[in-house]
Amino acid sequence: MSLNAVHEGPHAKLIYMANQIAKFMESKPHAEGVELLAAHINDFWEPRMRRHLFEVLDAGGTNLRPLVLDAAAKIKRPALAA
Amino acid sequence: MKDFIIPDRDFGTPAAKSKQMVTLNIDGFDITVPEGTSIMRAAAEIGISVPKLCATDSIDAFGSCRLCLVEIEGRNGTPASCTTPVAPGLKVHTQNAKLKQLRRGVMELYISDHPLDCLTCSANGDCELQDMAGAVGLRDVRYDAVDTHFRVKNTSGEANPNYIPRDDSNPYFSYDPQKCIVCSRCVRACEEVQGTFALTIEGRGFDSRVSFGAKTDTALSSDCVSCGACVQACPTATLQEKSVIEIGTPERSVITTCAYCGVGCSFKAEMRGDELVRMVPYKHGKANRGHSCVKGRFAYGYASHKDRILNPMIRDSINDPWQEVSWSEAMEFAANRMKGIQTKYGRQSVGVITSSRCTNEETYLVQKLTRAVFLNNNTDTCARVCHSPTGYGLGQTLGTSAGTQDFDSVEETDVVIVIGANPVSGHPVFASRLKKRLRKGAKLIVIDPRRTEMVESPHIKAAHHLALTPGTNVAIVTALAHVIVTEGLFDAAFIQDRCDWDEFQDYAEFVSQPHHAPEAVEMLTGVKAADVRAAARLFATGGNGSIYYGLGVTEHSQGSTTVIGIANLAMMTGNIGRPGVGVNPLRGQNNVQGSCDMGSFPHELPGYRHVKGEAVRDIFEKVWGVQIDPEPGLRIPNMLDAAVEGTFKGLYCQGEDILQSDPDTKHVAAGLAAMECVIVHDLFLNETANYAHVFFPGSTFLEKDGTFTNAERRINRVRKVMAPRNGYADWEVTQMFAQAMGANWNYTHPMQIMEEIALTTPSFAGVTYEKLETMGSIQWPCNEKAPEGTPLMHVDGFVRGKGKFINTEYVATDEKTGPRFPLLLTTGRILSQYNVGAQTRRTPNVAWHDQDVLEIHPHDAEVRGVKDGDFVRLASRSGDTTLRATITDRVNPGVVYTTFHHPDTQANVITTDFSDWATNCPEYKVTAVQVSPSNGPSEWQEEYAAQATKSRRIAAAE
Ligand code: SF4
Ligand code: SF4
Ligand code: SF4
Ligand code: FES
Repeated sequence: MSLNAVHEGPHAKLIYMANQIAKFMESKPHAEGVELLAAHINDFWEPRMRRHLFEVLDAGGTNLRPLVLDAAAKIKRPALAA
Repeated sequence: MKDFIIPDRDFGTPAAKSKQMVTLNIDGFDITVPEGTSIMRAAAEIGISVPKLCATDSIDAFGSCRLCLVEIEGRNGTPASCTTPVAPGLKVHTQNAKLKQLRRGVMELYISDHPLDCLTCSANGDCELQDMAGAVGLRDVRYDAVDTHFRVKNTSGEANPNYIPRDDSNPYFSYDPQKCIVCSRCVRACEEVQGTFALTIEGRGFDSRVSFGAKTDTALSSDCVSCGACVQACPTATLQEKSVIEIGTPERSVITTCAYCGVGCSFKAEMRGDELVRMVPYKHGKANRGHSCVKGRFAYGYASHKDRILNPMIRDSINDPWQEVSWSEAMEFAANRMKGIQTKYGRQSVGVITSSRCTNEETYLVQKLTRAVFLNNNTDTCARVCHSPTGYGLGQTLGTSAGTQDFDSVEETDVVIVIGANPVSGHPVFASRLKKRLRKGAKLIVIDPRRTEMVESPHIKAAHHLALTPGTNVAIVTALAHVIVTEGLFDAAFIQDRCDWDEFQDYAEFVSQPHHAPEAVEMLTGVKAADVRAAARLFATGGNGSIYYGLGVTEHSQGSTTVIGIANLAMMTGNIGRPGVGVNPLRGQNNVQGSCDMGSFPHELPGYRHVKGEAVRDIFEKVWGVQIDPEPGLRIPNMLDAAVEGTFKGLYCQGEDILQSDPDTKHVAAGLAAMECVIVHDLFLNETANYAHVFFPGSTFLEKDGTFTNAERRINRVRKVMAPRNGYADWEVTQMFAQAMGANWNYTHPMQIMEEIALTTPSFAGVTYEKLETMGSIQWPCNEKAPEGTPLMHVDGFVRGKGKFINTEYVATDEKTGPRFPLLLTTGRILSQYNVGAQTRRTPNVAWHDQDVLEIHPHDAEVRGVKDGDFVRLASRSGDTTLRATITDRVNPGVVYTTFHHPDTQANVITTDFSDWATNCPEYKVTAVQVSPSNGPSEWQEEYAAQATKSRRIAAAE
């Protein structure tokens, strides 16, 4: 699987996807980019994916682009598994 | 609802478009018609049919048969009414002694060179020559022709050199020259309607014959694309559907909609009893205006193919053979499994995939199944893998996720950009309409890595072909914007009026940066800066500018960004909100638009409303009586990831073949194999069914009622012309399954489902089956504000208020070439096959395309020692497969191209799981690959074939 070639670890794909969104949002003013990145993830990522993202973030957010880290506070933490 | 109709009236010549009206008198009746109307058409409008042979209203008059003569008071002679335009105050006589005599003379000549086997002729009852002989009162033929075209031998017993035997090479129609009256209707239809120029008239006078190009060409080996326009235009049995030859003439017809591509052509299904005799494109169909392509007109044989599965089947494990069971057993088995999974693994552990081949009503029910019965939002559709970036990009910039125009709009366009689409193959009827406009002078800009048929074909040549490196769309589109902004070619008045001026300022500053200049990106895109500049200038200043785009735009890691860039281009040049302009996604499958509209995506309820919105949930909660999950559900790739992870266990997949259509086949296979209950609802045991536990047989579009929505947002009726061979229409099957799961659903007709859609979805509020019946079709939004629907969007303002410019920074895909994988693979489709080919492969369309082939540039082939027709191994970082190579300079050096219509090719074993940043639409259009000579199928292909064969076994009935 090619995505795993870019990053390592069980959440490689997720990190890659978050960074991809960040790259688009980086061409906007910083505050707007943070806002829109968080909104995008809240709107399109189902709770399971967001839970995985928080696992990465809580472990220090290695390999995530700075914009993702800056937006973390605005990303909705999913309720525990339904 | 059956619709018994007599053949559409033929007015002889096309309608004139002038607003200037002219009044004249024909046979004592006054009639007022637009200037430019022919006398023949004017007469037809008051019900007088002047005899005719060479005229028909789909093509311009030619005036060769001389049967339509009339007399005009004060004018000499007897002019042909088909070529004579009306003029104010004319007094025309269509019938008198002189005209009668002249017409009989003409008919006598025709008939003397025509075999008189009317009773056994396949066109008996459907022949205009026969009709005209009757109409002019022909009672005897005085000449006995010495030389004829129809006698196999001449009077002295020698072979007749004028006799040409029948050409049966085309699988769908035959050409029998002995019956030809050389009226040239076929030739003109091929030129004017289809735009292929496959037919010509060779020779002169008595020697003139219709020919498929060069002497050696048969219908099949010629340029003919089998659209059937010539067959429809032919007044005799010369060009005729083989189905009519076999069955006889039809006795009734039902109007319905093609189930293949997003053009959504209207057809008359012509029936005898419950046997389909032929499909004839419907003249009043607003998408196709009486034209069609080979798929819609001819390729319906899959409906009665022997591979079709007609009984439900179940099995415990995918290693077991299938067991045929009754519908109720299948439902019980499936419901028990799904309930068990949800009890054990939770509410989120199951989901659905809706189909872009099914009707709106069916799609609505499938997403309702997951939202109201499974109680989660785990619904997705194959539009994910094609047009999801369109939804995102157009939604963000313009405010609605749909094309802005109707197809008629192309008639008024002046400059067309076609980007990442090959309408000639993918959307043939639209291509014909576009070509017609191009032949009348509109200019064309093609942006595509490959020299498609659009770039150059008879009488068409693109003004610019920007043959970019796959994966650099954003760079090109932004460079076009750079030129328009820095050279001051934008439409400031429009932007000030319709968009946010400050936002435009920011955007203008962004695109003006030197690194967006065509010169700066030349190395990246491989397109000469001068060409980009010229194309930008042409688009910005050439009059009405329209953009049509396809999967070559969306299926990239920056698909959404390119869609945004396209909307930016249209807005900055003021090309939105009137006929002839706009942003037009060309949709792949017939109901991609509809399946998106109907809430197939996991974050959106029907009508593109996010599930987080309480007010929206409220509407559905009231109607459905359940609580709706406010969190977005799983998309297809997420479902597969979650399956591999062990949290997603059950799937109901209607009318899709994700194993073949989705990227990274191995990952899809692993995901499916990890599930405990996969329900496939389809016509055939498709590839996905190899991993299924339950099979619900599906019904074809001929066997059910409903609606499809085409690429112009047009809601068209699909009508049942025969009973479902599997017993139930697809919406009934979904309903039975929902009932087995405990839901209290009781729809008795799709009409009621549409009522529920209208009740809950504002853009459909005014849609009813009744209105569809009277109006023929409706373009949404259709509501109080637009009770008759909306042909053009954003006319007085954007749906979102002000149009929004969004920066489009180019980010190179991480799928890069390197020493191991030095070539870029891009994919596409061809005319005669459709999507994964499940239907078209089961029709005689395979005559044109029996396998996928790899196009490779002569230079790349030579250095690899690959010869035309060789088997080659195609390898990427994901996997490898084999197929045959064809050497062509349609592709640039460094680029290879293939289609993905055949499961044996397994092109998606090659594609990676890179995807669009916003929507995860897979990046099908760019994969780094290597090509090398090979002598046969790859290991994966062999393993796969073995698994498939094993999995498709059906246990013998006990
Ligand atoms: S079938 Fe279509 S392409 Fe072929 S000859 Fe007839 S009109 Fe031309
Ligand atoms: S093939 Fe048919 S349409 Fe063509 S010239 Fe002959 S009679 Fe006319
Ligand atoms: S496949 Fe498309 S173009 Fe061809 S007949 Fe059907 S809707 Fe029309
Ligand atoms: S119909 Fe007018 S000349 Fe043939």
